[in-house]
Amino acid sequence: MVPTSSYLVLAAIIFSIGALGVLVRRNALIIFMCIEMMMNAANLVLVAAARQYGVLDGQVFVFLVMAIAAAEVAIGLGIVVGLVRHRDTTNVDRINLLRW
Amino acid sequence: MEWFFFALFGITALVGSIGVVLSKNAVHSALFLLLNFVSTAMLFLLLGAQFLAMAQILVYAGAIVVMFIFVVMLIGYETVDDFVARERPALRTAAVALAVIFLAGLGYAFWASPWSGAKGAPADGAVEKVGTLLFQSYLLPFELASVILLAAMIGAIILAGRTKPPLGKPEE
Repeated sequence: MVPTSSYLVLAAIIFSIGALGVLVRRNALIIFMCIEMMMNAANLVLVAAARQYGVLDGQVFVFLVMAIAAAEVAIGLGIVVGLVRHRDTTNVDRINLLRW
Repeated sequence: MEWFFFALFGITALVGSIGVVLSKNAVHSALFLLLNFVSTAMLFLLLGAQFLAMAQILVYAGAIVVMFIFVVMLIGYETVDDFVARERPALRTAAVALAVIFLAGLGYAFWASPWSGAKGAPADGAVEKVGTLLFQSYLLPFELASVILLAAMIGAIILAGRTKPPLGKPEE
């Protein structure tokens, strides 16, 4: 059987790649996709931990996280659509009206 | 056998995540994200979480990625070159260095943890068991999640609603 730490390390790699994507890309939608990827990696850690302890509470946690993620994506995409409608660009470097 | 499937789906998940970060086209990024989510669903199956694997495909791959593709195509800026590496190589180097340091720290923490080498009990994530837990011990979070979904629905409708024209001067 595959040890739990292998799943954890895989989730850590996916999380780091998502964090790298948030730092390097400038398209608001791709930044959002990388954030969802990071949340996905955290879900993987939770399910691996649920198997490690032999209880299903981690899986219920992941289920609720999925529901929250769906709600968050709906709101976030609404914000992005409103932003693009207002500033006519998806480049987050150009969205700087509040900068000092 | 399990190692083979773990390696296979782990590699496809990594290919998907690297593709999201490196694609020039936002639609390609969304499709790589889909690959990442489906690979994670298969990893959930390997971990004995059957219900979660199907829920992952339904919610993440079937709804969230579809919403992303809708918005990407609606906005229409999918091929705008926004990769910051071309303009500021120093930023790219710093970001990669930070990500590598972070991964090294996290990887070491996971590898040296007491779970390293531990196999764990096989958890049977069948629908009945997860459902029993969800509706008995975790009933309140479940109901709160539905309230959050309702709030998100209302918020999304308001955010994306039609902008009214300005009222103009009042008539005297």
